[in-house]
Amino acid sequence: MFDEEKLKEIKEKRQEWEKSCLEPFMKKGGERQEKFENLSWVEIKNVYDPADIAHLDYIRDINYPGEYPFTRGVYPTMYRGRLWTMRQFSGFGTAEDTNERWKLLLKEGQTGLSTAFDFPTLMGLDSDDPLSDGEVGKVGVAIDTLKDFEILFDGIPLDKVSTSFTINPPAGIILAMYVAIGDMQGVPREQLRGTIQNDMLKEFHAQNTLVLPPEPSIKIITDIFEWGVEVVPKFNLISISGYHIREAGSTAVQELAFTIADGMAYVEAAIERGIDIDKLAPQLSFFFNSHNNFFEEIAKFRAARRMWAKIMRDEYGAKNPRSWWLKFHTQTAGCSLTAQQPLNNIVRTTIQAMAAVIGGTQSLHTNSFDEAWALPSEEAVRVALRTQQIIAFESGIPDTIDPLAGSYYVEWLTDKMEKLAWNYIERIRKMGEGSVLRGVLQGIETGFFIKEISNAAASFQREVEEGKRIIVGVNKYTIEEQLKIPILKVDPEVQRKQIERLKKVKAERDNKAVKDALDWIRNASENNENVMPAILEAVKAYASVGEIMGVLKEVYGTYKKPIII
Amino acid sequence: MRKIRVLVAKVGLDGHDRGAKVVARFLRDAGFEVIYTGLHRTPQEVAMAAVQEDADVVGISLHSGAHMTLVPKVINYIKEYGGDPDEIVILVGGIIPEDEFDELKAKGVDGIFIPGTPIAEIVEFIKEMVPKKKEKARLKKTA
Repeated sequence: MFDEEKLKEIKEKRQEWEKSCLEPFMKKGGERQEKFENLSWVEIKNVYDPADIAHLDYIRDINYPGEYPFTRGVYPTMYRGRLWTMRQFSGFGTAEDTNERWKLLLKEGQTGLSTAFDFPTLMGLDSDDPLSDGEVGKVGVAIDTLKDFEILFDGIPLDKVSTSFTINPPAGIILAMYVAIGDMQGVPREQLRGTIQNDMLKEFHAQNTLVLPPEPSIKIITDIFEWGVEVVPKFNLISISGYHIREAGSTAVQELAFTIADGMAYVEAAIERGIDIDKLAPQLSFFFNSHNNFFEEIAKFRAARRMWAKIMRDEYGAKNPRSWWLKFHTQTAGCSLTAQQPLNNIVRTTIQAMAAVIGGTQSLHTNSFDEAWALPSEEAVRVALRTQQIIAFESGIPDTIDPLAGSYYVEWLTDKMEKLAWNYIERIRKMGEGSVLRGVLQGIETGFFIKEISNAAASFQREVEEGKRIIVGVNKYTIEEQLKIPILKVDPEVQRKQIERLKKVKAERDNKAVKDALDWIRNASENNENVMPAILEAVKAYASVGEIMGVLKEVYGTYKKPIII
Repeated sequence: MRKIRVLVAKVGLDGHDRGAKVVARFLRDAGFEVIYTGLHRTPQEVAMAAVQEDADVVGISLHSGAHMTLVPKVINYIKEYGGDPDEIVILVGGIIPEDEFDELKAKGVDGIFIPGTPIAEIVEFIKEMVPKKKEKARLKKTA
């Protein structure tokens, strides 16, 4: 980025500075640590200068926002045009409870909805399943049938609000329910906006919401792509997620690498199916974590955009520049929250949210300070949302696009993250003999991803135990404290109410129609046809999540994760 | 004397296993014999493993909010399958609201460890509690 002569001068100047300025000063006391490393154990130098980024070319590698390779952002106006979507993940208890919380959040200025489901729903089980005992409505809203969805979206117009659904094995069922609600509200399907997470690969690596084996999981995800590009063209059909990989203990580099590799795997599966990549690409979205190391996170987001643009254009041949965009949601790092001195979490979340905004996120969830204890209380959720609003309206951060571009450190680190991530992707591609899709499946089978993530988690914990990594309030600056934070309690009656409602629905529905639709799902699966039309039919007949998943489990079997610690 | 045997268990539908696995690894490094159940176990499966493996310690990890239902079930099934919860140190780790500590302890839990607990503290707790509980159970039996 600099001419040779100038660069030579700078390099000489650096040597002179080190000798005449730095060295004598170092003799007085030196540095606090022998070595400085970020959360990916990348060593960080004392000072970065033009020589560190001399190999980068502004137009080729950075360029203007809205232009390839989109390092500075996917939109030409970014937050000067429209702020990111403030999208707090929420849900608990029954559909009534969550509907009420959602209306409160919308009133408080939230601009999109994001659904947390309870564990039975996430795993595709009904509330009356013996395995659901004690878990109904606990960490999210309980959904058994379309009836619950009708209550959940009561008074929420689907043509005005977009909703994100954190759902994986039953993602197709939830998408079908959303379409059914849209039909009831009279909203044209092509206007429906929202996101289903629908990313099973990261479940196998990290998040463990596991029902069907990997290959059939990919088959169903590809069905959703094939159906979704035609039926709901404005809906994000997947949110390719690094968030959970990071929460499980990966480094930022692993989060970046495995997420991009998973994204490549899905695109390869779609291409194998014959789906037009330029049609699908705008319906792909990503989801990253934002942790404490401020610059590392910003660099990760910038690197992710640049990598995806290269991959979509150069590897998979997408023609439309729109297909090269990496759009992403960010959530601040749940794993960084401490149970100790919980108010400190507001500060952590603020730093992480700033990194996400400076990194150019399209939507953001900020965690609440009490989440190492329980689901967030109303007050805690409000502070979390206010954190975003303060960044948006008081900090001035959104006023210029990609404000850290050109920082010697941030550009160097962006490039470094990209290189380290590519190393992983090439390893994965090799495991799949040239196919990233096969490589990822192979890595799931051999436990490659699990081992990589577990080892990083253990190394991090070791450093915390040894006091090498400081966590304020946990291994330094600890106090004896009496906690006074109000904790949200889920009504213990939820399970009973939910089971009752399910019984009532089953008694009142047309059971012949349910059976026919379930048979259609079975036949479509056995004949390797797209299962989505049958799922929509079943949902509309009020078949339950558990019944639909049950048929898929009968056809494909279930997955047991290898035990690796 | 045989090594202290610890069963680390994930019970219920919750898949958050980072804590359980890191703790299992560190307990193994601390010299205990560690058995990890893997994910999504029912209370029956965990109790059966505890009895069959003759565990001195059962550490149950939950991030699902289902602890008040599932943990007492594990303890009851241990009894049902012929184990003696008086002799076994029962630990719970994960997202547990502080105002539920007393009730869990009343139901037979010996120690509760929330996020941020130094693993060294868990190791010390186990070393102290295992002989203590066994001695207490012995005295109770002979009395």
